[in-house]
Amino acid sequence: MIYTYSFYGFFFFILIGAALSIIFNKKDRLSTSASFISAAIASIFGIIFSLSVIFGETFDLALPGSLFFNFGFSVDRLSAFFILVISVSVFAVSIYSVGYMREYFGKKNIGYLGFLYNIFILSMILVVSANNAIMFLIVWELMSVISYFLVVYEHEKPETRKAGFIYIVMTHIGTGFILLSFLILAGGSGGFGFEGFRASGSTMPPLYKDLAFLFALIGFGAKAGIVPLHIWLPYAHPAAPSNVSALMSGVMIKTAIYMLIRVFFDFLGAGVLWWGFLVLAAGAISAILGIMYAIVEPDIKRMLAFSSIENIGIILLGLGASMIFYANGSPALSAIAAIAALYHLFNHSVFKGLLFMGAGSIIFSTHTKNIEKLGGLIKKMPMMAILFLTGVLSISALPPFSGFVSEWLTFQSLLLSFSSGDSLVRIVLPASAAVLALTGALAAFCFLKAFGIGFLALPRSEHAEHAKDANGPMLLGMGIFAVLSILLGILPVYVIPFLDRITGTFTGESAIDKSISSDYFGTIIMPASQISMSTPSLLVFMLILLSIPLVILFLSGKKQGTVYETWGCGQPVSTARNEYTGTALSKPVQIWFKNLYRPVRELRATYSVSPLIKQSFKFESRIGQVFENHLYIPVTGYILSKSRMIKFIQTGSIHAYLAYIFGTLVILFMFVILGGK
Amino acid sequence: MFTLSSLGIVIFQVIIIIVLAPLLSGIIKKIKAFFQIRKGPGIFQPYYDIAKLMRKDSVVSENVSWIFHAAPVISFAAVLTAGLLIPIYISDMPFGFAGDLIAVVYLLALARFFTALASLDAGSSFGGMGGSREMFVASMVEPALMLSIFAIALNVGSTNLSFISQAVSSMGLSAVSPYHILAFVALFIIAIAETGRIPVDNPATHLELTMIHEAMILEYSGKQLAIVELGAMMKQLLVFSLLANIFFPWGIASEISAAGIAVALAVFLIKIIILGAGMAIVETSTAKWRLFRLPDLLSVSLMLSFLAIVSFIIVRGV
Repeated sequence: MIYTYSFYGFFFFILIGAALSIIFNKKDRLSTSASFISAAIASIFGIIFSLSVIFGETFDLALPGSLFFNFGFSVDRLSAFFILVISVSVFAVSIYSVGYMREYFGKKNIGYLGFLYNIFILSMILVVSANNAIMFLIVWELMSVISYFLVVYEHEKPETRKAGFIYIVMTHIGTGFILLSFLILAGGSGGFGFEGFRASGSTMPPLYKDLAFLFALIGFGAKAGIVPLHIWLPYAHPAAPSNVSALMSGVMIKTAIYMLIRVFFDFLGAGVLWWGFLVLAAGAISAILGIMYAIVEPDIKRMLAFSSIENIGIILLGLGASMIFYANGSPALSAIAAIAALYHLFNHSVFKGLLFMGAGSIIFSTHTKNIEKLGGLIKKMPMMAILFLTGVLSISALPPFSGFVSEWLTFQSLLLSFSSGDSLVRIVLPASAAVLALTGALAAFCFLKAFGIGFLALPRSEHAEHAKDANGPMLLGMGIFAVLSILLGILPVYVIPFLDRITGTFTGESAIDKSISSDYFGTIIMPASQISMSTPSLLVFMLILLSIPLVILFLSGKKQGTVYETWGCGQPVSTARNEYTGTALSKPVQIWFKNLYRPVRELRATYSVSPLIKQSFKFESRIGQVFENHLYIPVTGYILSKSRMIKFIQTGSIHAYLAYIFGTLVILFMFVILGGK
Repeated sequence: MFTLSSLGIVIFQVIIIIVLAPLLSGIIKKIKAFFQIRKGPGIFQPYYDIAKLMRKDSVVSENVSWIFHAAPVISFAAVLTAGLLIPIYISDMPFGFAGDLIAVVYLLALARFFTALASLDAGSSFGGMGGSREMFVASMVEPALMLSIFAIALNVGSTNLSFISQAVSSMGLSAVSPYHILAFVALFIIAIAETGRIPVDNPATHLELTMIHEAMILEYSGKQLAIVELGAMMKQLLVFSLLANIFFPWGIASEISAAGIAVALAVFLIKIIILGAGMAIVETSTAKWRLFRLPDLLSVSLMLSFLAIVSFIIVRGV
């Protein structure tokens, strides 16, 4: 019973939220409360629903329909896990939004955003619970279109319109490939139901399976942001309002990961070794390129978007390892790698949501996204700074925070290849682990820059000078995620068995007691390789050992230090202009990988009187857009030139178009009558 | 689960790390002075330095936040926590269950992260420069460090440091093989970078623009500086212990006995003095490299580790 009630409860409150925000359209305050509070209530129902499925039975709901349009929901444990991830994020983000929307009061149409926000959540839940390819494509499209409207919410800015355009084009290229993949699967099963895909997917001829795999990887990869299909993320995420970016980056791109798991494991049976290698390679490339672009990015929201690409890469490293082990016939190892992937997915939705909300709070009080204009926020926004630091430590995978646990698990699952019999696996997987180590170190660098330049030292602009701490609901929303980041970090012994209930359904085996188990003091043990790790113990040790330096500090000698200017070779340098900039901070990495970044620099001087007397200098330095310039612009140029050749059929006369439609219909009828006997 | 003796082992380990760390620095300085035909300061000089710093009043920049005050303390505790996971005189660390090699690397990363944050806190360009370079070097060091120990882990099938140390020591001299040596050389290069020595960083310089670690901690003074310095020395000792007890664990005590521990400690001292001498030779015979040549050095280490893994698979077969 609890299934049905909570399922309908979710729909009820989401639709109420959508309706009320339209009804109260002109009353900003009321509209905000109505839409976001009902979204928060709906998400509680979503959490209850997903937990009752994970600990109970699969939930099925078939709506009456025809052969092709039998809309139905089927929520198994995998779907329920994603509903949980979405609901948890929605809960925190909705609370945050109640405070954050004040930014738009009197400036923008609040009811419109509230409506879209609720429908967006609804579409994400429908995406992960659809049980039919046609229905899936409809709700997938709904999710894409609604998120497009959310991205272009601040459409008066030209760069937002450009971002929206890039997003909608990329997402439709993805949908095209998804359609191809589904058509192949439907060809195998003779219907569009996911049950049919499941039954016949793994018995299709290898060529069809490979094609369905590749199309799905490209199609969903475009949504997930796998390099080189990632170009929309750094445009769309910064353009959207921050609460929406928190959801888009935190959970929307994860729905693509859901479908990748669904298609690879559930439909296609994941028995092919090179699929795993391809996913692993895609993960490694996305992880390393994502963080490399993030590290040189001065726009804090673009930086977070690039970092999402990195984290999707880390998730795919786990997923790829899982597929490799599965294909090699070791499902228990496959399960542990899948647990690592899902663990990181959950963590990422939490800390990335937290960081996007933090970025939103910075924009809220300083009206700038450029970290070169920030600084000193730790004194102006002390609460926010602590919450942001929690997110930074989590995403940098530092113990004992959440990112550390999931990256540790990913490392260990890559290293489980030691016991594999396949030499290639034993070389490639540790090499991927080295890539992961590089990614982790660069991520720490990147977020050191975000926090160090953004929050420490002196304010670099007027905006940062007058910043105020975030308001109550915003701090509460972020606080929920900060606490969750810590809990996910120190309680892996409870999280792993929970995730095992989910991964067991698609890898076919439980990892608990076979490849991972738990012990006293929150220790996780991997018996095959004699490894154990316990974040709660590490935390306790660290807290105990803190006493040694504290004793040194407080028990010896004079207690108070002298406060004086920062040292600057004897010159008075205590101004923000003398501070190290973010660009300078990440410059060594830019020089190290200059072949990748292809930086563009311009130095222009204006002269007064004679060329010897320079009046002013203008220096500009930016990162070359490698993927745009070397991949997308040539491809679009080619397509445009080919399109021009068939331009003549587009006459602009409505009669001609009616004739085309008529002709097409005649051909289709003939096809049905002649071919479909 | 815990007996009193295991608690004793841990406390003794903490004491050893804190007490031996300055000695190691002093010994390396002395050996360096020998190669440079100088007399050099006595091997106990680092103790005097720290004792002196502790009596000094500290001068704190007016721009700093709580991060500046918290960073040395957190870094110190993180390094010491990593020290609980690394076998020094006894191979079976009672608290080894809490983490493996990867945890050690990330605990050291935590220490570094806070030190680098503090470097930005005072708003001085020197600090930022140091922090930037430190993180730059770290992002090259971490993958190479991981890969070099993976090469050894591949041999014994685990990244648990106690387990590696026991397994290698039980193999006896047969553990010394091409991949063992390749991985050792790789880790030795990493150790140079991790401990901030020439050609990566120069611990003896006094010119801010050329320094990495020293530039980062430029704003610290007095007791805080004492904690930072001691933390850096402890980290150096831990990196040396990794080198010594992962690759040459022979002599380490496998069970608790006074004689065994005494021997193990003596052997450990000899091992780190030999490693320190090696380090001093490298430092004396090379010049500091330009910052942007460092990727070459560290990719050599990365390649050596990778070769170690490949040669392991070739030698052992599938």
